[in-house]
Amino acid sequence: MSEEALVGLFVATVQFGTLVFLAALGELIAERAGVLNLGVEGMMTMGAVSGFMVGLETGSAWAAFIAAAAVGALVGGLHALVSVVLGADQVVSGLALTIGGLGLAAYVGRNVVGERPETKFTDLGIVGLADIPWFGDIFFNQPPVVYVAVLLGLAVWFVLTRTRWGLALRAVGESAPTTDAVGHSVMALRSGAVMVGGAFAGAGGAFLSLYMAPGWTEGMVAGRGWIAVALVIFGAWRPGRLALGALLFGFTLALQPRLQSFDIELLGVDVSSISPALLGILPFVLTVLVLVIISWRYRHRPSVAPAALGLPYRREER
Amino acid sequence: MAKKFLLKLLVVLAALTLIAVGCGNDDDAAPAPAPTQAPTEAPALEPTEAPEPEPTEAPMDDGVIAAFVFVGPVGDAGWTWAHNEGRRFAESQTGATTHFAEDIPEDGPDFRNIVVDFIENEDADVIFATSFGYMDAMEELAGEYPDVVFEHASGYKMNEDNFGNFFGRMYQPRYLSGMAAGALTEANQIGYVAAFAIPEVLRGINAFTLGAQRVNPDVEVHVTWTLTWFDPAVEGDSAAALLEAGADVIAMHQDSTAPGLAAQDAGARWVSYNSDMSAFAPDAFITAPVWNWGPYYARIIDAVASGTYAPGAYWGGMDDGIVALAPLAADVPADVAAEIDEVAAQLIDGSWDVFTGEIRDQDGNVVVAAGETMEDGPMLGMEFFVEGVVGSATG
Repeated sequence: MSEEALVGLFVATVQFGTLVFLAALGELIAERAGVLNLGVEGMMTMGAVSGFMVGLETGSAWAAFIAAAAVGALVGGLHALVSVVLGADQVVSGLALTIGGLGLAAYVGRNVVGERPETKFTDLGIVGLADIPWFGDIFFNQPPVVYVAVLLGLAVWFVLTRTRWGLALRAVGESAPTTDAVGHSVMALRSGAVMVGGAFAGAGGAFLSLYMAPGWTEGMVAGRGWIAVALVIFGAWRPGRLALGALLFGFTLALQPRLQSFDIELLGVDVSSISPALLGILPFVLTVLVLVIISWRYRHRPSVAPAALGLPYRREER
Repeated sequence: MAKKFLLKLLVVLAALTLIAVGCGNDDDAAPAPAPTQAPTEAPALEPTEAPEPEPTEAPMDDGVIAAFVFVGPVGDAGWTWAHNEGRRFAESQTGATTHFAEDIPEDGPDFRNIVVDFIENEDADVIFATSFGYMDAMEELAGEYPDVVFEHASGYKMNEDNFGNFFGRMYQPRYLSGMAAGALTEANQIGYVAAFAIPEVLRGINAFTLGAQRVNPDVEVHVTWTLTWFDPAVEGDSAAALLEAGADVIAMHQDSTAPGLAAQDAGARWVSYNSDMSAFAPDAFITAPVWNWGPYYARIIDAVASGTYAPGAYWGGMDDGIVALAPLAADVPADVAAEIDEVAAQLIDGSWDVFTGEIRDQDGNVVVAAGETMEDGPMLGMEFFVEGVVGSATG
C-alpha cells in the first residue's frame, strides 16, 4: 500500500465526513429545539439539485452553495409549518418531506439530469499548512466547504452552550411549556431551528453536487440523509461528538472502495479478499455498536436526548 | 380532527408528488445531454438470428403504437438515455407512434399500472421494457394481453407467442475499448470501477482486459466493486481510490459520469460506458463501448406492423450494430487505431470472437483451450476473472 493511497483514504474520510456532518449538524439544531425532522434526505436532495442548477446558471460555486442552503431552509420551513405551527405528527411530516423532497427534486431537475457542471468547488490549500507532510493534504488541502463545516460546527457549539439564544433553544427542547411561560416564543424558536437545520442539510446536498460528485441525477444523495439522522443520536446531541462520529462514518465509507486494493494482512487475513458487501454494512454495524456502548455507559443516568423531542406543543393542550 | 386531516392531506400530497413525477410525459422535449452516437450513425442492418421481418423501405405510417418503459430518467446520459435515443430512431425510421414513461421502479405496482394504461388507453401494440427487474411482470402481462407484443431488455424469459427478450454482446466493443486503454496507460495499471459480480459485468471486465493485453501484455486491470448501479459519490470515490493506488486509466460499468470527472481531476484517462460521454471529461475521455438500440426497436416494430413477429431470445453483436465503439480520442496511436478497426471488422464478419483461446483464469487454469471459442452458454454464466485482472471475481 502506497503512501498516496493511505493519504487518499484519510482525504476521502474527511470529505465523506463533511458531507454527513453538515446535514447532521442541522438535524442536531432542530432536535435540540425538540423537533425531530426525518426529512433530511429530502432537504439534502433539494439542496443538491438547486445548488447544481444555480451553479449552471451563475457559474459560481459559492452562489450555488448559498442558494442550496436557502432552498434547504425553505423546505425545512415546510416541516416547521406543518409540525411546529400546525402541530402535526413530526415523524409523518418528516417522512413526507423526504418522499416529497425526492419527488420534487426529480421534477425540478428533470431537464438538467446528467448535464455537464459549469462550476464546482476546487481544493483550497491553506498557506503554510498545506505543505505539512500527510496532515497538510488530509486537513489543509481540502475544498473550502470542509473549512466552512468546521467553522459552522464551532459556531453551533458556541451558540448552543454560550449564548442566551442557545439556552432558550435548549430549553424549548427540554420543556416547551416552561419556555413559553418564561416568555420565549416556542414557535419562533422551533421554526427557526428547523429552518437553520434545513439550510445545513441543503448545504450538505450542494457539497455533493458541487464537489463530491459534480452533477445532478436522481437518488444521488443515496441514503446519506438517513446516516445524518442516525449520527445525531450517535453523537449524543453534542456537536463535538457529532464531528467525531461523522469522521468515523466517513472513514467506513472511504474504506469500502480502498480496502479492496490494499495489499495488507490483518490478523492473518488478506484484507483485499474481504467482500465489499461486508464492508458496505460497516457503517451500520458501527452504529449499532456505538448505540449499545452509549446506552450501557449511560444506563444509570437519564436519557441524553432532549426531553421534549418529538412532542408538538400547543398552549391550550396542556 | 384537524390533526388527522392534516396527516391524511400530507400523505396524499406526497403520493401525488410521486405520481406526478413518476408518470413522466410523452413529449420529446427531453434533452439529449451527450451530443454523440447520433442514431443516424447506426450501421446498416444485417439482421441475424433475431425474429426477422423484411427490412424493406420504412413504411411512412404503419399505424403501430409502441410504448417504452424506462427504469431511469431519459436524461441520465447512460442506460436510459441510450434506450430513448433508440426509441426516437425507431419512431423516425418506422413512422410508428411511440410513448414512454421514465423512472418507473422495478418493484411495486407502478410498472404494471403504466403498462396497462399504455395498452388500455393508448392502444399500444408493443411494449418495450428496459430493465431486468420488469421480467416477471412482463411475463404475467404477456399472458393477460395476448394481442400485445412484449419485448424485454436484458432478461431471459419468453413465451411462444408474444413475449421475447433482447440484449447485446457488449463484451465486443469492451474488448476494443480495452485495446485503446492498454495503449494509453503508462503505468500499465488500469482501474475498473465495477458494479456487481454478475456474469454481464465479469464478461465486460474480462473482455476489456483481454483487449488491453493484446496491445500491452504487461497491463494489469485492478477491479473495485461499488455494489451500485448508480451512486455518483461512491463511484467517483472508487475511481479516486484506484487512481491513488497507481492506475492512470479508469474504466467502469455504472451509469454515472463521476468516475470520468475523478479521472479528469487526477490528470488520468477514462473509458466511459453506455454512451459517448466525452463532453463530461473531454481531456480524460478515450472512448466508450456504447448501446445502439434503435435498429432493433425499428425491426420489432416493423415485424409487428407486418404481422410477422415471432418472439426470440436475441443477443446481437457488433454485426447488428446494437453495440458499437464510440469515436477514439485523437491521441490513440495510429497503429492501435488501425488494429482496432481490423478487430472490429473480424467481430462484424464473425471470423473471430473475443473469448477465443488460449485464455487462462486468475489462477492460471486454462478456461478456453487454444483455437477454441467459448459458446454463448458459458459466456452468459461467466464467473471467473482472466489472468491479469487483480481483484476478486466473487465481489
